[in-house]
Amino acid sequence: MSARLLEVRGLTVRFPLRSEGLLGSRRWFTAVDGVELGVAAGQSLGIVGESGCGKSTLARAILGLVEPAAGSIAWRGSSVRRGDAAGLQRMRRELQVVFQDPVGSLDPRMTIGESMAEALIALEGPQPRAMRDARVAATLQEVGLDPVLAVRYPHELSGGQCQRAAIARAVIARPAMLVCDEAVSALDVSVQAQIVNLLADLRERHGLALLFISHNLAVVRQLCDEVLVLYLGRVVERAPREALFAAPRHPYTRALLAAVPEPDPAARSAGRGLNEVQSELTAPPGPASAGCAFAARCPLADQRCRSASPTLAADGAGHLIACHRWRELPPRTSLRPASAP
Amino acid sequence: MRSTRGRADVGMPLLEITRLSVSFATPRGVVAAVREVSLEVRRGECLAVVGESGSGKSQLFLGSLGLLAASGRAQGTVRFEGRDLLGSDPAPLRDALGTRIAMVAQDPMNALTPHLTIGRQLGEVVLERGLLEAGQAQARALETLRAVRMPDPEGRLRQYPHELSGGQRQRVAIAMALMTGPDLLVADEPTTALDVTVQAQVLDVLREARDRGLALVLVTHDLGVVAGIADRVAVMYAGRIVECAPVRELFAAPAHPYTAALLASVPRLGAAQPRRLAGIEGQPPRPGDEPPGCSFAPRCPSVVARCRAERPGLRVVGERSVACHASLVEPGGGP
Repeated sequence: MSARLLEVRGLTVRFPLRSEGLLGSRRWFTAVDGVELGVAAGQSLGIVGESGCGKSTLARAILGLVEPAAGSIAWRGSSVRRGDAAGLQRMRRELQVVFQDPVGSLDPRMTIGESMAEALIALEGPQPRAMRDARVAATLQEVGLDPVLAVRYPHELSGGQCQRAAIARAVIARPAMLVCDEAVSALDVSVQAQIVNLLADLRERHGLALLFISHNLAVVRQLCDEVLVLYLGRVVERAPREALFAAPRHPYTRALLAAVPEPDPAARSAGRGLNEVQSELTAPPGPASAGCAFAARCPLADQRCRSASPTLAADGAGHLIACHRWRELPPRTSLRPASAP
Repeated sequence: MRSTRGRADVGMPLLEITRLSVSFATPRGVVAAVREVSLEVRRGECLAVVGESGSGKSQLFLGSLGLLAASGRAQGTVRFEGRDLLGSDPAPLRDALGTRIAMVAQDPMNALTPHLTIGRQLGEVVLERGLLEAGQAQARALETLRAVRMPDPEGRLRQYPHELSGGQRQRVAIAMALMTGPDLLVADEPTTALDVTVQAQVLDVLREARDRGLALVLVTHDLGVVAGIADRVAVMYAGRIVECAPVRELFAAPAHPYTAALLASVPRLGAAQPRRLAGIEGQPPRPGDEPPGCSFAPRCPSVVARCRAERPGLRVVGERSVACHASLVEPGGGP
C-alpha cells in the first residue's frame, strides 16, 4: 500500500478568547498552527512538547473531536470533511484512541466485557453473543489480562489493568492506527514499562500504527520511529528517532532533551548547565506574533527571529527544522558525554 | 533567622523516625499504609524517599508530622532534634511545624490562597508566628523570592496566584516554605505537575537551598529527579523500606531486587536502547493484604523458598541497608 493512512495538511485550530469590552473585536488563541504530518501503515509517530503546546488539541482535531479552523485531514487518501458522517465513521472504524486516565476512560457502570462488546458492536455491527464473547476473551488475553476480568467493573481493577482494558477496547475491532494521548503518563514506572511493551507488541504483531503523544521523551524514544516537536502549536522540528535524539537541531528540542533528568547520578555534573532555556512558557500571546514562537525564550534569538517566522526546511540529514539560526549552534553529537554507547 | 540557633548537636540526626506505623480506618477494616518504618534525616542532606503509588511514601511523612487525615492513625516515635513530635505533649510539634519544618506539596495551585497577593501570603507566614514585624516581613518576602530565582520579584509581590504560571506558583510555594528559614523541608512530588524544562529550574532552586544547609526530604516516584539531587535514597514497597543507600551506590549496584527492577523499568534517553523495557510482572499487594513472607516475593525474579515464609528484616552494614534474603549485593560491599 502506497497511500499513507493519515495525512494532515495545514491543520489549524483556534479557540476564542474573551473579547475586550462589549463591542471589542473577538480575539483568538491559535492552539494548533498549520501542522503537517503523515503516518504510514505500521508507522509510529511521536508528538512531544510541553503543556500548552497543542499536542492534545492536535490529536482531538485528528479524531474529529474539535473543529479545525483550517487545513485538511485525509484517511487512506480520501479527505475527511466536516459533516461527512460516512467518511468520519469509516475513519473511526480504523482509528482508535487511548487516553491518559485509565479509570476515567471506562464507563464505571459497565463491566470490562460490556465496554468492549459495545465498542465492537458500534464498529462492526451486531453479531452473535458467543462470537462477541470469544472476541472479548481473545482480546483480553492479547493485552495480557485474564479473560475472567471481563465480568469485573473498572473500580475493581488496578490502574495498570484499567489501561490494558482501555487498550483492549480500542483494539478489539482491529484498528489500523491507535492515537495514544499521554496513555502511559499516569502510570507507575513498573506498570508504564509493561504498557509500553504491550504497545510495542501490538505494533509488531498486527502492524498497528501509532500516533503517540507524550511529554515523556524517553518513552517516545522507546516506541516511535519518527518524532515531531511542537512549540506553541507549531512544528519546530521533525526527524527520525535516532536523528532527533542523537543530534537535535532546533534550540528548543535541545533544551527539552537537556532538561530530562536521567536516572544516573554519574551524569549529574554533565547534565547540569545544559539547559539553555532561561524562562518558561508564558501565557499564550493574543494575536499571533510575527516572529518565531520560541524567540522569547531562545538563547540565539536575534532581530530576524523576532520579525519573521521561520518555515520548516530540510537539513539534508533527515531533519525538518523551523529555525533561522540552527546552523550556528555547535554540533552536539551526543546529548550526554557520560553515556556514550 | 537561622543564625540565632545553636549548632551544638551536630552528631544527632535532625529527624529520627523509629518504628512508625500508619493505618487508616476504612469500611473494610483497618488498613496499614506504613509498617514499622525507621529512618533518619541528617542536617543539610537530601534524602529521597522513592516508591510507586500506594507504597506509603507520602503517608510516612504526613504521619510523622501529625498531618494524617481524620481516619488515620500513627504509632511509633518521631524525634526532631531529640524532641518527641508525636508524644502527649503537643508543644514540640507545634513549635517545629511550619517554622523549622516546612512542607511543599505537589499541586502549586492548591498550596496558595487565590484571593491574596503573593506578598501578603509570604508575609503572613512570618507575621502569624510573630517572627518579624510587618516592614521586615515584606523585605524577607522579597529576599526569599530572590532566593528561589523568581523573575521580577518586586512585581510578583503585588500579583495574585492566577497571574503566575505553574512553575512560578511552585516557586512561590517553595518560597513560602523557606520564609521562616526552616532546618527541614519535606517536598512531596514537588515537580511532578511541571514540564521538564520548569522541573529542571525548580530542582536547581531546591539544590541551592540544600547547599545553604537546609535538610531536604524529597518524596517522589521519579528516579531521574532522585539521581539529580539526592544524597541518600530510601526505597519503599508495600509500606516498608526495602533498601536505603547513598545515591551512587544505589544506582550503580541496587541491593534489593525491587530496586533493581524499578531502575530497569525506566526508559532512558542517554543509554543504548533495549528492545523491551524490563517492567515488573504482577501488581503490588493491595493495602491491607500482606503475604506472610516478603511483600515483594510474588513478583520477585530472585525469590527463594525462605522469602515466602519469613519476612526479611532490614540488615544494616555501614551506609547501606537492605531487607532481602536473596540480596543482589552484600550491604557495605561492592557489587
